[in-house]
Amino acid sequence: MSDSLQAMKSTPLKSTQGWITFRTDAWWVEPLLTLIILGSFGMYATWAALQGVNYQWGPYLSPFYSPNLVEWFPQWFGSWPFSPAVLILPFPLVFRATCYYYRKAYYRSFFTSPPACAVDITGQAPKSPLALLLGQGKGYTGETAFPLILQNAHRYAFYFAALFIFILGYDAIKAYVWTDGFHVGVGSLVLTINVALLGLYTFSCHSWRHLLGGCIDCFSCDKMTQVRHKAWERQSLLNEKHMQFAWASLLWVAFSDIYVRLVSSGVWTDYRLF
Amino acid sequence: MSKQAVFNVYRGSQEGGDFQEFTVPVEEGMVVLDAMHYVQGFLCPDLAVRWNCKAAKCGSCSAEINGKPGLMCKTRIDDLPIESPVSVQPIKSFPIIKDLVTDVSWNFEMNKKITPFTPDNEDVSSWRYYQEDVDRVQEFRKCIECFLCQDVCHVIRNHEQKPKFVGPRFMVRLASLEMHPMDRVDRLPFIKEEAGIGLCNITKCCTEVCPEDIHITDNAIIPLKERVVDEYYDPVVGLLRGIGILPKRNKKKP
Repeated sequence: MSDSLQAMKSTPLKSTQGWITFRTDAWWVEPLLTLIILGSFGMYATWAALQGVNYQWGPYLSPFYSPNLVEWFPQWFGSWPFSPAVLILPFPLVFRATCYYYRKAYYRSFFTSPPACAVDITGQAPKSPLALLLGQGKGYTGETAFPLILQNAHRYAFYFAALFIFILGYDAIKAYVWTDGFHVGVGSLVLTINVALLGLYTFSCHSWRHLLGGCIDCFSCDKMTQVRHKAWERQSLLNEKHMQFAWASLLWVAFSDIYVRLVSSGVWTDYRLF
Repeated sequence: MSKQAVFNVYRGSQEGGDFQEFTVPVEEGMVVLDAMHYVQGFLCPDLAVRWNCKAAKCGSCSAEINGKPGLMCKTRIDDLPIESPVSVQPIKSFPIIKDLVTDVSWNFEMNKKITPFTPDNEDVSSWRYYQEDVDRVQEFRKCIECFLCQDVCHVIRNHEQKPKFVGPRFMVRLASLEMHPMDRVDRLPFIKEEAGIGLCNITKCCTEVCPEDIHITDNAIIPLKERVVDEYYDPVVGLLRGIGILPKRNKKKP
């Protein structure tokens, strides 16, 4: 390769934004949008998690504060001095951080490794400080060294994320049960859509696909492997949309928190549909 | 007067080179390879271009067109912004032989490292398996070895990890063997150590450029990474296999 690179360097290279590429399309749009949206979500989630107030209204509970630790375990968390969300959010955060889709997204936009396909970081091009975690040049270690070798624990993050789906499902059902009986408010629908999108994202996970049936070589060998093959086949259809579910659920979970927060603080009014 | 397009074509060898401009008349349905043939035929007879089938099946005419790795025979000129010059250059990750032709022999060396298909029983007539057992593997068999995935993979392209990483094309081959119901070789130690699967950081460029639309990352690399996790990183799987709740891998050393 070095011979090839040597030859290419002798040609007049066109530089875009400090990276060396001959691409003429707007390759930088996707990583930039990812940077803005993921960065904004990270900042908002951190702010919301640190508030510790306005996360509950009527039967609604913000997904950032679910499960309601103070209500469920008052003996342990009744006198907890910080926001309960700081104990909850690490679980979904680790699930998203180790997710195979988000890895692609943030390695490109935050690590610039690479920023886009066939956009080369060489010589004078600016490097993301985060790219040091992957190593650069001959020191590149990818996901073989600490801390990124921990990405291999994604399936454990999935187990916790799956548990959270059941908890959020309980919250969504509870969002229809008011002190005066069963009613549907806008917030009930918001929280129901939230758990549906998070469920689709969680159960379209690549690790879950592997555990369901991807680890099997012979699908036809016995009854159990045949059942697992059917499950794997159906889950694979969901898995193809993992990216779409990742973004939709990310945006909606933020919106769900905003909705409960603004209703709880009196800025928005929750309309009861029936 | 017919429409024209300007192509900046890389001309050179391992000693160096430069782009040379050619103006080519454009007709409906033309692909970039047609334009290179026009250049060869009428403007520059010594332009070196490797091609064979012109039907996106031989994988010979890989190049970088406007900076994007692709097959010249599958890149239609009417899909390119021909109001400005179109650059055509050899795939960057391999040494140039001449002009658009590169030496991709490193890939064949990597291929030799992989233990071939090894069934328990060589008597093919006794094999019994069903379509669902080979669906996954058939996707991988679509590979035409154009090596565009190898070219675009930043681990090979930018990080000079060729000795430690076999690249996406051979991850696909390894997946096709590892998942085959009749293959009995334990390939996970090779996949982890010599093939260097941990160096892949899932940026999916290989999938983006594959002209055969093989879902390289989702269907080959990630499933292999998960199998490596089973074998090396997941203590629960190890424990469950140890006490017999999960079956042990029915594979033997190569």
